[in-house]
Amino acid sequence: MNGDANPTHQSVSVQVRGLRKSYGGTEVLHGIDLEVASGEIFVIMGPSGSGKSVLLRHIIGLEEPDAGDILIDGESILSEGVMDKHRMAMVFQSGALLNSLSVADNVGIYLREHRLKNSAEIDQIVREKLELLGLKGVEKKLPNELSGGMKKRVAIARALVIEPQLILYDEPTSELDPLIAVTIGQEILNLSRRIHVTSLVVTHDRDLAFGIADRIALMHEGRILAIGKPDEVKRNTDPLVQRFLTADFKPQLTEAV
Amino acid sequence: MFQSIGEMMVLLLRTLQATPKLWREKHKVAEQLFEIGNASLLMACLLSLFIGGVIALQSGPLLAKYGLSGSIGGMVGVAMCKELAPVMMAVLIAGRIGSSMAAEIGSMRVYQEIDALRTMNINPIHYLVLPRVVAISVALPMLVVFSMLVGWVGGALVCASNEHIHITREAFFGSLRQIVEFKDVMNGVVKSFIFAVTIGVVSCTQGLQTIGGPRGIGRSVTKAVVNSIVMILLLDYFVTRFLMYFD
Repeated sequence: MNGDANPTHQSVSVQVRGLRKSYGGTEVLHGIDLEVASGEIFVIMGPSGSGKSVLLRHIIGLEEPDAGDILIDGESILSEGVMDKHRMAMVFQSGALLNSLSVADNVGIYLREHRLKNSAEIDQIVREKLELLGLKGVEKKLPNELSGGMKKRVAIARALVIEPQLILYDEPTSELDPLIAVTIGQEILNLSRRIHVTSLVVTHDRDLAFGIADRIALMHEGRILAIGKPDEVKRNTDPLVQRFLTADFKPQLTEAV
Repeated sequence: MFQSIGEMMVLLLRTLQATPKLWREKHKVAEQLFEIGNASLLMACLLSLFIGGVIALQSGPLLAKYGLSGSIGGMVGVAMCKELAPVMMAVLIAGRIGSSMAAEIGSMRVYQEIDALRTMNINPIHYLVLPRVVAISVALPMLVVFSMLVGWVGGALVCASNEHIHITREAFFGSLRQIVEFKDVMNGVVKSFIFAVTIGVVSCTQGLQTIGGPRGIGRSVTKAVVNSIVMILLLDYFVTRFLMYFD
């Protein structure tokens, strides 16, 4: 990991321009436009089904847009070789660890499959990354022997091995208890500060979003409703934005008989 | 149906294009070979023993009735080589190995493991499909030769022990040596290789196309087995017809 490397070489900027996507005639993304600066933690919030994860899958190249473009450091990802040129990683909502491989094999898979290091070096890097995320001694375990929080951290460790310039997190705190969720949020923040990586986080966890974001975008039904610094988004007067930001559980009180 | 065949052909083509990188995947091929052998060897042995036995049992009395009992060894030998060993082993492998390939790859697709590989620039065809197709293409012909040998033994045992046939083991294997030629064995090996590639490609295609949750995985497994068996039986006719030119 080049933690001390020049930040401008480490991270990349992302621009999404007029992105549209339909599945079976239903438009899921209605022309998304946004810019993420190099080294920024950019959080995309919104209710379930608003198209956040679909947007993320487009940015990492798992989906092809019907229209529009995505630029990484000014180059379209649809152009030949651009995806190979930049190191990007994604932490999936489920972790998406390979269940048949041990934790160590999962974390080292990128280096092993691309023949980038020898076996001893891979073992060393894997140990370092796991220790960085507080996962010492789990190398030989299988993913199904880990808790939800540990799986997420292993997934982050796997992403870090790539030495990414851009990390995409899909719902990193979903299905986690508040304490683990805070730990994961801290890790995202620490990594961003330590290795200057650009981070794009999709979540509907308001505490996480306002706790770590440099900027926030709020999505609803495939459109961006608001975008700006956390304070600016909080002050946004759009009723849908306010409804999402202030939604709370209030038990209905019945009058005493 | 035509779309499915097209998708299988595309996967076959991509797998063939990936073969120059096979050496890098040698450990995965070895793992798959071990799994295939481990899962099917005992079953293949049992199945072949009884198939050889039952052909001898069915045809022996009839041949004896017409004074042809001396040819029974050759008849069992040729039937095992050219038809029964390749087809029965292919059906067995489609059920045991094809289903597990479709289930494993299907579950990886559903649980985003294949997406995770793609984000790490690891080609799922190199990582998952190539080792499986190569392993099954090596394992099935070997299993078929093993099946032929065990089937002959099964036939010989029945002939020697059945009172209506009365053929000694020596007479059975004498007739077998006289009638069965090396090209008959190769006929079965060639057939089984074609069946193996078919099972591998059909099962991996179904696995990679899995959508939905556990129900989707179940659907893919069923489709992989049914489509493989249908393809085996259809191809069997055409390959047999083609190989007849070399007889």
